[in-house]
Amino acid sequence: MPKASKVVETATRLTVRKTYKLYIGGKFPRSESGRTFVADGDNVALASRKDARDAVLAARAAQPKWAGATAYNRGQVLYRIAEMLEARRGEFTALGVPGDEVDAAIDRWVWYAGWSDKIAQVAGGANPVAGPFFNISAPEPTGVVAVIAPASLLGLVSVIAPAIVTGNTTVVLAAGPQVAITLAEVLATSDVPGGVVNLLTGRYAETAPWLASHDDVNALDLTGVDHPELAAELERSAAGTLKRVLRPGAATDFTADPGLRPMTALLETKTVWHPKGY
Amino acid sequence: MTVTVSAGLSDLRSFLHGLPGVDKVGVEARAAALATRSIKTDAKAKAIDLAIRMVDLTTLEGADTPGKVRALCAKARRPDPADPSCPSVAAICVYPAMVKVAAEALAGSGVHLASVATAFPSGQAPLEVKLADTRDAVAAGADEIDMVISRGAFLAGDYTHVFEEIVAVKEACGGAHLKVILETGELGTYDNIRRASWLAMLAGADFIKTSTGKVAVNATLPITLVMLEAVRDFRERHGRIIGVKPAGGIKTTKDAIKYLVLINETVGDDWLDPDRFRFGASSLLNDLLMQRTKLTTGHYAGPDYFTLD
Amino acid sequence: MFEYAPAPESRSVVEIASSYGLFIDGSFDGGKDGNVFKTVNPATEEVLAEVTSAGPEDVDRAVAAARRAFGPWSALPGSERAKYLFRIARIIQERSRELAVLESLDNGKPIKESRDVDLPLVAAHFFYYAGWADKLAYAGFGPDPRPLGVAAQVIPWNFPLLMLAWKVAPALATGNTVVLKPAETTPLSALFFADVCRQAELPAGVVNIVTGAGDTGAYLVAHPEVDKVAFTGSTEVGREIARTVAGTGKRLTLELGGKAANIVFDDAPIDQAVEGIVNGIFFNQGHVCCAGSRLLVQESIADELLSSLKRRMATLRVGDPLDKNTDIGAINSAAQLARIKELSEIGSEEGAERWSPECSLPDRGFWFAPTIFTGVTQAHRIAREEIFGPVLSVLTFRTPDEAVVKANNTPYGLSAGIWTEKGSRILAVADQLRAGVVWANTFNKFDPASPFGGYKESGYGREGGRHGLEAYLA
Repeated sequence: MPKASKVVETATRLTVRKTYKLYIGGKFPRSESGRTFVADGDNVALASRKDARDAVLAARAAQPKWAGATAYNRGQVLYRIAEMLEARRGEFTALGVPGDEVDAAIDRWVWYAGWSDKIAQVAGGANPVAGPFFNISAPEPTGVVAVIAPASLLGLVSVIAPAIVTGNTTVVLAAGPQVAITLAEVLATSDVPGGVVNLLTGRYAETAPWLASHDDVNALDLTGVDHPELAAELERSAAGTLKRVLRPGAATDFTADPGLRPMTALLETKTVWHPKGY
Repeated sequence: MTVTVSAGLSDLRSFLHGLPGVDKVGVEARAAALATRSIKTDAKAKAIDLAIRMVDLTTLEGADTPGKVRALCAKARRPDPADPSCPSVAAICVYPAMVKVAAEALAGSGVHLASVATAFPSGQAPLEVKLADTRDAVAAGADEIDMVISRGAFLAGDYTHVFEEIVAVKEACGGAHLKVILETGELGTYDNIRRASWLAMLAGADFIKTSTGKVAVNATLPITLVMLEAVRDFRERHGRIIGVKPAGGIKTTKDAIKYLVLINETVGDDWLDPDRFRFGASSLLNDLLMQRTKLTTGHYAGPDYFTLD
Repeated sequence: MFEYAPAPESRSVVEIASSYGLFIDGSFDGGKDGNVFKTVNPATEEVLAEVTSAGPEDVDRAVAAARRAFGPWSALPGSERAKYLFRIARIIQERSRELAVLESLDNGKPIKESRDVDLPLVAAHFFYYAGWADKLAYAGFGPDPRPLGVAAQVIPWNFPLLMLAWKVAPALATGNTVVLKPAETTPLSALFFADVCRQAELPAGVVNIVTGAGDTGAYLVAHPEVDKVAFTGSTEVGREIARTVAGTGKRLTLELGGKAANIVFDDAPIDQAVEGIVNGIFFNQGHVCCAGSRLLVQESIADELLSSLKRRMATLRVGDPLDKNTDIGAINSAAQLARIKELSEIGSEEGAERWSPECSLPDRGFWFAPTIFTGVTQAHRIAREEIFGPVLSVLTFRTPDEAVVKANNTPYGLSAGIWTEKGSRILAVADQLRAGVVWANTFNKFDPASPFGGYKESGYGREGGRHGLEAYLA
């Protein structure tokens, strides 16, 4: 992504540059491999399969508590993300993200924040079975979601928000490392518990297969994979543990109303029966 | 007996409330499933004869007269005058005032004589009156007493009161067998039916009986199932076999066979015996006789060929 | 002793032809390559009929017929599609005795189950989805939901006609057309269903039935002209299908294996819990993906519960599936029997204690006595692998936390049971169980309005209820 306005370096003061690291378990570690790659002039951490493994561990560890938080609480946290993103709007425009895209990303967090305590009512409910039984279906998060994210800020937000609003935790492989890690900084200052979102920068082809085949990953979102061969390979690999796989068309329009599907595809439906009688 | 009156109200209460709960839907589904058993040919023939031998042929009307009771006794001895192979019923069940007549009519027949007592059917009388009622019936010749519990006291949680009444009536029975009517239709829940069953057994009942036949809900399969489970568990704990008597509303052979299936698959052989299981019924007998005739003759029977007493 | 005389349901209410073709484009015809296989009555090993083994060309023809029918069928007003489904439901009700006997003959399940469970649920399922056909815009999947096209549906042998209903009813209600492959050992009720479609005057090609073994199914799900794949069966085959479908853009729903925990707490309604345990594992010979095959009982009542369970098991009547008093029928096939025997042997070898009530099994046919293993731990194979037979593994726990951990400690997540009289405990445990269906103080209950399907390796997607429409809508 081109940088529209790099901070001007004056002769009198050398600016302090940002080191773009990974975001795992609420911390910003370098890659355990010690590798970096150059992206748009910055040295960026190049995530390894072991970083992916660590990120899955962090996501798994964070999942029960995040899912167990009240929906109201998760909604508050997502709204807080919107607040922080609004406050850091300039950082993203400085990275070249168009202003209206940042606005849309902020608004998307707000939209999903509101869903936290409504999706269960829309996606679940009482079932009128033919017998003396109380029967109710309710959605639950599927667990740990590996997300191969699209590069744009709006795309990134549009895949992370629907995953976590319902109580999933995520391991996100992000293109556009500066934008992704800056977003991680927003998340880190937004009351999002460590491990709920983990962001890895690097090469999809190297790390994605490790996530697709990981036995402790419940779902795989392939939105950001534009190479059909890689997508098919990842999908085949995900079949090993019958992961839920999201594969919207490559040309997803992130400015459109997302609908329910990005959330419901990462939800399980649990149906509980109980007799009625005294 | 692990629970005694001297152990006090709180022990009895905690014991009864500590019994496993009964899930209504589950017990009704189980009873309904057993009711689909298909009992045919010789199994049916045997079941009919057993059911006849389990009948407490009953008349409990204000209009009962010596003549009516004598007729019923004759029916009890020889239910089907046309077929000497037809067994007698288990017992006649009448009001205390009719015991003397019935005792004379049944003399030497082997048919037992049961009398309802204890201010049947409401049980709303002082204990002394109930005990006198019982003693009179036994003195007049009843060898089985069907008493009612005080549902009011039970529902008020006064288990000791109910317990002590049963103990006192049992004592007043002397050698007569005591059937304790729980009036399950007034107890409201299956949990209460299980508790009342245990309460009666602990207090010395020889039989537990569902109903007086005088309220809206009388014997049902699931109620009887809960009571059978109680006598089964009681035997396991105390080694004593208590009988069960569903009463009221059992009118057809099909109904009766369902109860026998229930016994067969929950408590087993030991209760397939007139000493351990009775039907409190009146019109049931004629249907059993009609079905019996159908099996022996091969054609359908008609009601005009059986006595209306 | 009260012995029940034999009470056989009449076999003559169903007429089985000596051979069957494939149902393609509204009529029966033989396969192109002339291959056939036999379907047998597992209770007697008697051959019931010869059935056509569909080859690639046959599947091609069936898919092509479904493709041709898709246009007009999906263009029908929903209210008209609804009426076809209502017709089918009614015909099934009218022919339910015949179909129940047929199902018991081909599958081996007791007539009381095919009569009182399978067939009523089959009819109810068609009634339920019939009503959705003209109300799809209100189902919550967008204002103008569209059908996907041709659905390839592969179903198992444990509930042949019911699984067909679960697949066909929602597919047709939403405007899709169908090529369905019934299981190799139980093809007959699907072929009779073809006749039901004919009686209902369902347009040709809307439902096509291709019979055959695994390779027929594999060819069907891989077919490029198929838009949607729905499979119920083993997790192993489900995995293969997921791999096959990967990258094709076909929609996929899978309803796979399970190893459900049935958790009994010390305050359970014991007598009903015993019934629930028995129903959970011995219903349909344990050939049930959501069977309660792992009993988790609280240690403090384990002895009492087990003695009640054994006493109850001694009353189970194993034998002739057509006898109205049979509780446990025949194992569906020799192959399945071999698997059940093998895993049971392993259970004994691994040190679990095996018990079955005394029961005499028929000489011919495939039979397995109801069996429980006690002293089982999480490490035993019989606690981890789906046996798909009348075999229960009994484990114990001390606290609710331990029960939840053990219940969830499996790659499967289809169903679970909870028995306790304490409401708050039910809700908390149900919340924590990773399973798509949780039965509290009941087990193995099914209803067309109630979504069914698993977590984790038990598959994805839901069948039944409003949720069941999603799998067939774009």
